[in-house]
Amino acid sequence: MIVADRKPLNEILDMVKRCNRILVVGCKGCVTVCNVGGLKEVQILATSLKIARKIGGFPLVVDEMVLERQCDTEYIAIIKETVTDYDAVVSMACGVGPQFLSEAYPEQKFYPAVNTTFFGGAVSHGIWEERCAGCGTCVIHYFDGLCPVARCSKSLLNGPCGGSDHGKCEISREVDCIWDKIVRKKVEQGRLDDLLDVVPAKNWQSARDGGPRRSRREELIQNG
Amino acid sequence: MSEVYEPTLIAFCCKYCAYAAADLAGSMRLSYPSNVKITQVPCTGRVDIIHLLKAIENSADGVYVAGCMEGDCHFVSGNLKARKRVEYVKKTLTELGIEPERVEMFNLSSAMGPRFAEIAIDMTDRIKKLGPSPVKRGDT
Repeated sequence: MIVADRKPLNEILDMVKRCNRILVVGCKGCVTVCNVGGLKEVQILATSLKIARKIGGFPLVVDEMVLERQCDTEYIAIIKETVTDYDAVVSMACGVGPQFLSEAYPEQKFYPAVNTTFFGGAVSHGIWEERCAGCGTCVIHYFDGLCPVARCSKSLLNGPCGGSDHGKCEISREVDCIWDKIVRKKVEQGRLDDLLDVVPAKNWQSARDGGPRRSRREELIQNG
Repeated sequence: MSEVYEPTLIAFCCKYCAYAAADLAGSMRLSYPSNVKITQVPCTGRVDIIHLLKAIENSADGVYVAGCMEGDCHFVSGNLKARKRVEYVKKTLTELGIEPERVEMFNLSSAMGPRFAEIAIDMTDRIKKLGPSPVKRGDT
């Protein structure tokens, strides 16, 4: 899933400082699963903003809503009738949400309430880790399901580097060296010789280096 | 005649410990401030961040959660979860410029009637010293 963190309250308060009435809109997709932009978090943000503005003597009317997803135009259409009733709309979805909303309703202002951080999963309650860099050409079959593109600080395809220290990366004692894990797994499975093959240089054009990306599925496209 | 400030405190009390302790305090004829409004919950694990924030938003001067002693929760870890939520709300209040001491977590057992009264007195004193909630001041 896409993992995000909520922005500091002061940053969000600054975005809406000239507003009297706003809509905080959450998303039932990834941000609900990572407890950042679902129903609960929408309520918490709305209440926090109202408290801050009450203290400032400039009360803010905040309505709350959670859309099925903000990355599908059909769900965004639900707010069509009411979207212009507000001075601004604060989206708690990943970075896709406010952009889809902004494209659908050019007359309204949309502000992001979260920082979209990475593609990952929950390794335990309350802790999420990056697992995928979305590079567009998956290479984890070379590494038995472990991705050095996302999980090696240098994205080395032929590692480890000299910064691997007792299973940790030199950048932080909290970051595992994924190459340490890859090598250990190969040893455990008796396939260390796999690593004698040099993985060819990766074509990064499928990643962001090729510019904004688009996926087209002819069999799903309707109306031409 | 000067007006005496009487704060409003909301106490979320677990039915297995703090609420029973409040009952015991009553049976023991112990007095505690009437400023404290008690809300019984089936476990403090039921108390969410939004409940605490809503109390603050609606002009409570102080809010506290009173659950079982750590390790004695009827639902294993409800009181531990509540403590983390209280910590979260403290951080949020700090971000909002409100004294984090207005929110607190306490642990006690159903046999601790005097402790329940003591907590109510201490929290009321603490909030009296802090003065009215800034939210309340903004309301006026």
